[in-house]
Amino acid sequence: MTQIFFDLMAAIVILGALGVVLVRSTVYAALFLIASLMGVAGIYVLLSTEFLALVQVLIYGGAVTVLLLFALMLTKVRDLRERAPEPPQLAGAVAASLALLAGFMTMVYKTTWPRNVGQITPISFNQIGTALFNRWAVPFEIASGVLLVALVGAIVIAMQEEGER
Amino acid sequence: MESVAQKIPLEHFIVLSGVLFSIGVFGVLSRRNAVLVLMSVELMLNAVSINLVAFAVYTAPSLFVGIIFAIFVITIAAAEVGLALAVVLRVFRNRGTANIDEINTLKW
Repeated sequence: MTQIFFDLMAAIVILGALGVVLVRSTVYAALFLIASLMGVAGIYVLLSTEFLALVQVLIYGGAVTVLLLFALMLTKVRDLRERAPEPPQLAGAVAASLALLAGFMTMVYKTTWPRNVGQITPISFNQIGTALFNRWAVPFEIASGVLLVALVGAIVIAMQEEGER
Repeated sequence: MESVAQKIPLEHFIVLSGVLFSIGVFGVLSRRNAVLVLMSVELMLNAVSINLVAFAVYTAPSLFVGIIFAIFVITIAAAEVGLALAVVLRVFRNRGTANIDEINTLKW
């Protein structure tokens, strides 16, 4: 049962990702991205980290893809299709990613992975919250600062200056 | 909660994450539109997160390190997307294009 669920979610993730990189229409690519990221949320559920699955759906499904779609709409006034990459670029990209994949697969094949690790303990929201606000409080505060600076910076960068169009 | 660990080996998650990362690399190298390149970067970030969470859950579930790390990866990804899209909008307004092969003033 778990194996079937894993296979299903992995298929959604991989097919969605292939859609993102192969489809010519940019809006369809964004929709494939949503599918792929929801598949990743399913993988998190399988790993019994429900909090991450929730965050994944909220932030990627709700915020990031909407932002990406907005940017696509605002920057692609002429055509919503993109041209195919030139053959040398395509060949280079295929070669580089296949070489990377081959490297990963060799690594996975040659390494001995931990066996019989026993039960996966479901990790509750309480435990994550306690860890986040005690042991990881400083990185947490820094992350909030990073978010604030990034969002204010994004507004300043995107703002229309006087005399500009 | 039934035991996931005894049914799915850790390698499956690592292979999934490796495949996803390679697809992301392909997208970054082959796409022209800057927004589509960003989408491919998101795929790569998610591959890394899957890896972190899988290792955390399988090897050190009491420490939460990988899970906390994945939360920070998601946070930074959100900040990165917001900032990068602002830059893309700005470039589009100034140059009339969002294709990264046409923005080549700084290219050597």
